[in-house]
Amino acid sequence: MRPYIREKKVFGFDDVPENTCFEAGYLVTVNSGWRSIRPVVNTDKCVGCEQCYLYCPDGVISIKDNKAVIDYDFCKGCGICAKICKPGAIETEAERK
Amino acid sequence: MANKIADSISREEFFYGHKACAGCGGSLAVRAALKVLGPNAVSVLPAGCMSAVGFNFPQLCFSNNSIISTFAGTASMLTGIEAGLRAKGYKDFTAVGFAGDGGTADIGIQALSGAIDRNDNIIYICYDNEAYMNTGIQKSGLTPFGARTTTTPAGSNIHGNIRPKKNMFEIVAAHGIPYAATASVGYIGDFIAKVQKASQIQGTKYIHVIAPCPTGWGVAVDETVEIAKEVVDSGLWYLAEYENGEYRLTHRPKEFTSAEAYLKRQGRFRHLTEDDIKVITDSRDEKWKFIEKNFIV
Repeated sequence: MRPYIREKKVFGFDDVPENTCFEAGYLVTVNSGWRSIRPVVNTDKCVGCEQCYLYCPDGVISIKDNKAVIDYDFCKGCGICAKICKPGAIETEAERK
Repeated sequence: MANKIADSISREEFFYGHKACAGCGGSLAVRAALKVLGPNAVSVLPAGCMSAVGFNFPQLCFSNNSIISTFAGTASMLTGIEAGLRAKGYKDFTAVGFAGDGGTADIGIQALSGAIDRNDNIIYICYDNEAYMNTGIQKSGLTPFGARTTTTPAGSNIHGNIRPKKNMFEIVAAHGIPYAATASVGYIGDFIAKVQKASQIQGTKYIHVIAPCPTGWGVAVDETVEIAKEVVDSGLWYLAEYENGEYRLTHRPKEFTSAEAYLKRQGRFRHLTEDDIKVITDSRDEKWKFIEKNFIV
């Protein structure tokens, strides 16, 4: 469960809020371009222990059907999940663009 | 396989899409705490990494109500938010502040002290990355002895920071606060349990969580959690609680791992000589003597 990405919109001066208040959880850009390595879940090895979900600083890992799923839009490729995974189900590979 | 800790917190993400560096310990602490407190948490963020990475208009990464405060005013703004919402008739909310180590131990300490004095019903979380990381690694009151920062450079005469870390946990506890705790993002279950406990207690709550910063500490981005575990395992940080006038240790390492190994794997400590490391291990052993004597272990 995460906020969705809004449609891209150019903010003019008139759109900038006057009273410095704005909608919470408003996402317009992704972080995927930051990544130099890409964590990949091996679903055969994943036991659904949720350690990677707990320790991900960006919260991009969710658990679906007892397996870890990574949101590659916002994953920065820090590799904490691969290190924390005891069964070794998350492997890192070079990001290819 | 079910995970009890993961099941005890919200599945929703309240701090998402932020622009923190990869492997940021502070963002992990904020994310975990907000998942405990839920959508009705109102968070206050002073100047510091988490406000810099969370509010890049129009990319606003907090899904709960959040506000940026003045650097010194985290606790006073929490006081105001709590009083204001209470006056408006709201009951189900938590006012929570996330300040860095500089915003807590140096700049924000008087506001925090005042809030504890008034016993306002707030949670104050200090994510301690041991320097002013947002502005480029300047020494703060919570920078440990020997650490190299841009304002305490390591040279042939002076080896980094010459002063030890301020004992913020005991300073706060000395106010007679209802609840204070120390934690580390390396032991996330312990941290989550402490935030859960704090949310049930009436009055001011303070949680001091060690949150490594790969950029400032000179470690690889995937080592954040490991190093946050190692600082506890080596005895240089301890997990404890203060409640009802008593200190209690919540995690006791059976045997300390090597402090030298912990220090030498970080860029900010790599210049330390054997004598410097001896000073650090001696002060650690002294601290633990004090803990054995005064804490319920």
